[in-house]
Amino acid sequence: MFELLRRLFKKEEEMRSKDLARERLRLVLIHDRADVSPQVFESLKSDLIRVISKYMDIDEAGTSVELDSSKDSVALVASIPVICVKRTAGQG
Amino acid sequence: MEGRALVITSGKGGVGKTTTVANLGIGLAMLGRQVVMVDADIGLRNLDIVMGLENRIVYDIVNVTEGKCKIRQALIRDKRFDNLFLLPAAQSRDKDAVTPDQMKALLTELKKEFDYILIDCPAGIEGGFKNAIAGADKAIIVTTPEVSAVRDADRIVGLLEASDLPDPRLIVNRVKIDMVRRGDMLDIRDILDILSIELLGIVPEDENIIVSTNRGEPVILDDGSRASQAFRNITRRLEGEEVPFMSLEPGNGFIAFIKRLMGLAR
Repeated sequence: MFELLRRLFKKEEEMRSKDLARERLRLVLIHDRADVSPQVFESLKSDLIRVISKYMDIDEAGTSVELDSSKDSVALVASIPVICVKRTAGQG
Repeated sequence: MEGRALVITSGKGGVGKTTTVANLGIGLAMLGRQVVMVDADIGLRNLDIVMGLENRIVYDIVNVTEGKCKIRQALIRDKRFDNLFLLPAAQSRDKDAVTPDQMKALLTELKKEFDYILIDCPAGIEGGFKNAIAGADKAIIVTTPEVSAVRDADRIVGLLEASDLPDPRLIVNRVKIDMVRRGDMLDIRDILDILSIELLGIVPEDENIIVSTNRGEPVILDDGSRASQAFRNITRRLEGEEVPFMSLEPGNGFIAFIKRLMGLAR
């Protein structure tokens, strides 16, 4: 919010349209590239499961991984139900 | 040694693919290479007119792939360089008139005789694009410093990778120096950061390009123009020479200018 206000009150000469272009491109490309294929997501999901399983038992069937995109940001949201944390976790 | 097939592509139309092919074709011919330019934009033939060779067409690429004539019969020799040839597109056919397999076979034949095969790819990402990139050894992506062109270029980078044509190189065309200075145009650094591919050249906006296209004499032939210098540098880079990007603009203070252009100085 503060950032937004600050931007609004910037002097005109500081508002460079190329910065706007770069930022808009950055965001649209996150969406474009993420849109590409469900296979990428499946492989990301199985890699995540493999890594996390080293530390805890998880419910693989209940695991979901998705991109949550709002207007000006994109987040990777993973929901991974934990069944049991391994006793050795955190000891390397 | 076998020749190299380079496909010039962009995704978005109107960014300067055909102009780039014409200028690089002449540039490589000026360096003494055996060069053939293949217009793969079937149905929207334009390389012939940019080269000023539109009145010499007898056969076209589809006549060749359909076996109606020999490759040699369809090749048009350039009027300025006798080591430069054009294989024109067919004008009254559609984009799928040449299949990827036919394209590969054609390139195999051309590589025996030429050092460079420059393929002018149609805009878009559909069949015509896939046919044009089939059999190419390397891709060159042309873009302009606009959000739409860069976005489309990003899509092309992904598609090329999926088609086993990784590591394309980038030409940024129509850079308006004054606008970059004012911060009203994406600079080269911005574009390279976004696309993360290797830069091959920067071509400044130059009215001489329009004049030269009107005449059918590609701008590279005009010693004095900045665009000509930029295309000459690109051809030397294709030949493996290390040419600094700075030689773009002569005169005083040009390192400062280049820094601004590259986005190093804010």
